[in-house]
Amino acid sequence: MADLFEILIGKESDSDYKKKPVIIQGITGKFGSFHTQQMLSYGTNIVAGVTPGKGGQKFENVPIYETVKEAVDATGAKISVVFVPAKFFLNAAVEALEVGIKLLIAIPEHVPIRDTLTVLDLAKKKDAIMVGPNTPGIIIPGVIKIGIMPASPFKPGNIAVLSRSGTLMYEVSHNLSAASFGQSMSLGIGGDPINGTTIIEAFDMIRKSTNVDGVVVVGEIGGDAEELFAQHIIDTKFNKPVVAYIAGRAAPKEKRMGHAGAIIYGTYGSAESKVSMYTNANVPVAKRPAEVPMLLAGKMGGKKG
Amino acid sequence: MRLLEYQAKSLFAEYGIRIPKGLTSTNIEQGRKDAKVVGFPFVIKAQMAVGGRGKAGAIQKCHNADEFELKYPEIMQKVVKGEKTKAILLEQMQEYKKELYLSLFLNRSKRCYTIISSSEGGVEIESVKNQVIREIGLGDVDKNTAEEVAKAIGLKDNSVEEFVNLVQKLSKVTVEKEAELAEINPVAILNDGTLLALDGKVIIDDNAMFRHEELRKFQEVSDLEERAEKSGFSLVELDGNIAVVGNGAGLVMSSLDMLSDNGGKPACFLDVGGGATTETVYEALTLISKMKKVKGILVNLYGGIVKTTTVATAFIKAYEDKIIDIPVFARMSGAEADKSKEILKGSRTKMFDTVEEAINAAVIGVNKNG
Repeated sequence: MADLFEILIGKESDSDYKKKPVIIQGITGKFGSFHTQQMLSYGTNIVAGVTPGKGGQKFENVPIYETVKEAVDATGAKISVVFVPAKFFLNAAVEALEVGIKLLIAIPEHVPIRDTLTVLDLAKKKDAIMVGPNTPGIIIPGVIKIGIMPASPFKPGNIAVLSRSGTLMYEVSHNLSAASFGQSMSLGIGGDPINGTTIIEAFDMIRKSTNVDGVVVVGEIGGDAEELFAQHIIDTKFNKPVVAYIAGRAAPKEKRMGHAGAIIYGTYGSAESKVSMYTNANVPVAKRPAEVPMLLAGKMGGKKG
Repeated sequence: MRLLEYQAKSLFAEYGIRIPKGLTSTNIEQGRKDAKVVGFPFVIKAQMAVGGRGKAGAIQKCHNADEFELKYPEIMQKVVKGEKTKAILLEQMQEYKKELYLSLFLNRSKRCYTIISSSEGGVEIESVKNQVIREIGLGDVDKNTAEEVAKAIGLKDNSVEEFVNLVQKLSKVTVEKEAELAEINPVAILNDGTLLALDGKVIIDDNAMFRHEELRKFQEVSDLEERAEKSGFSLVELDGNIAVVGNGAGLVMSSLDMLSDNGGKPACFLDVGGGATTETVYEALTLISKMKKVKGILVNLYGGIVKTTTVATAFIKAYEDKIIDIPVFARMSGAEADKSKEILKGSRTKMFDTVEEAINAAVIGVNKNG
């Protein structure tokens, strides 16, 4: 199992330790350019951008290339953040994976499911990881920010946050930071029905890290990712503290609540089902975001992140 | 997008799947004409996007004109699990020897399509016993898999080949129309062993609609929901009197939960999307002003990058333009929160430091006035 910290930070012996090169697909778009500035000011080592038709130009001193291949050839980057509109995502993602990108952060919302499945299939063949689509990205506070999250909620520490929702990841991380639980990583799974990286996969890529003293999982109604994750904790006898939050207890059935993946059919995807599985796994579930640090403090026995 | 039965069946027919003879109407005058073409006896089926129609009396047999005059208006008025009848399908009654279950659906946890079939059809999938389940990748079912499933559910003779054909056609519907679910429940085995789709349920991937202009005709959204979609919002109308607005689906759901926990009744779920601007918040307030039942607005914005002053400006503008005149209870985190409070001083928008405080004030404020 890949170690996500190693992919994002590297080893101390690496020449690019804590400065892993990142490329941005769609760097000149309104969204892409704004967040490129935000990531640069956070210290993320953005080495190249890709926008067809603008090759040879620069944005914020970052060279722009016509194709991902040119950008990868010139920089050796293995990480790409994709900002293109949903209907162009399939081509952009395939292009990146074909030329050796190993970690693809898929920001766009509204990507058709068939396109996500196709990209996921290719990523598996290429031994690459896709996070998203519809993800805010990943942040290792103080080291690297690859995504659209604001910097302010996040503080360095030893709690890993995995979230199906973007703004709730900010909210919960903010609450944790305020209670002196810094984060070793906050990662957005994405709000779609099909996730390039599931909660379980993300968890398995960080669980063994010495950077992780506890895990907070921010879930929501729809699907059975929380149920499977709870079972996974039981099956793999994970013994570090885990706390959960689930949004959507008051949501009606068969209505899509903003996220494509947030929909209840019958009892499938209901909050009750998720809470009851978490209870079996001895994972406390917060009633509101502000309750997460309290429950975590209870689990940690006074130890701070 | 969930298609109604007659819409799903029209797709099935396009792909060569056999369906009973039937006609759809939205008023009794047209219904009478349809009745003559279809011929007694037939089944009157309410078209609504919900399961359990049979038990609720929204599907009834009809043998003659007298019965028709009674039952058509009755079924037209039906409301099942909050869903109203949208149209009425009159369908020829069928004689058959057995019912099967068949569906192709997107399996979220396995991240691939799955085929489910059973020799016991006609009941809701949750209670279907002896399910035969196979993973089928992106939705294409090859002949061998289809044959294997046919035998596993106990089909014999010409029904096996009929079933293989049916599965492959349904697979084509799923792949080409980008369906998350294509279900036939029940599939009828007629006396001669051939198969007929007695019901149909299809859910199309909303995000793929840009590739399916041909399916637009089936799209039915309320005016408000359509306007919201154009502005890039997600809006779900609910029964209460406090509109809930925020940025990010998770955050808005979370606010709904907390509001309900505190005795408040949400009037809608409105997600303005990740990045809020003066324009988007103004447009959100405009949409909400069209909902007469709303007595107050709860706003929960996690700014971070967004300056709260851009949002505060939208409220002031909405009051000035007389778009809204109801109280707003807002929690906005992000830059320039103090300046926002200053801007909103004296207006009907109250700013709070935490969402919990905003919710308490909203519940008290709205109950007092309502």
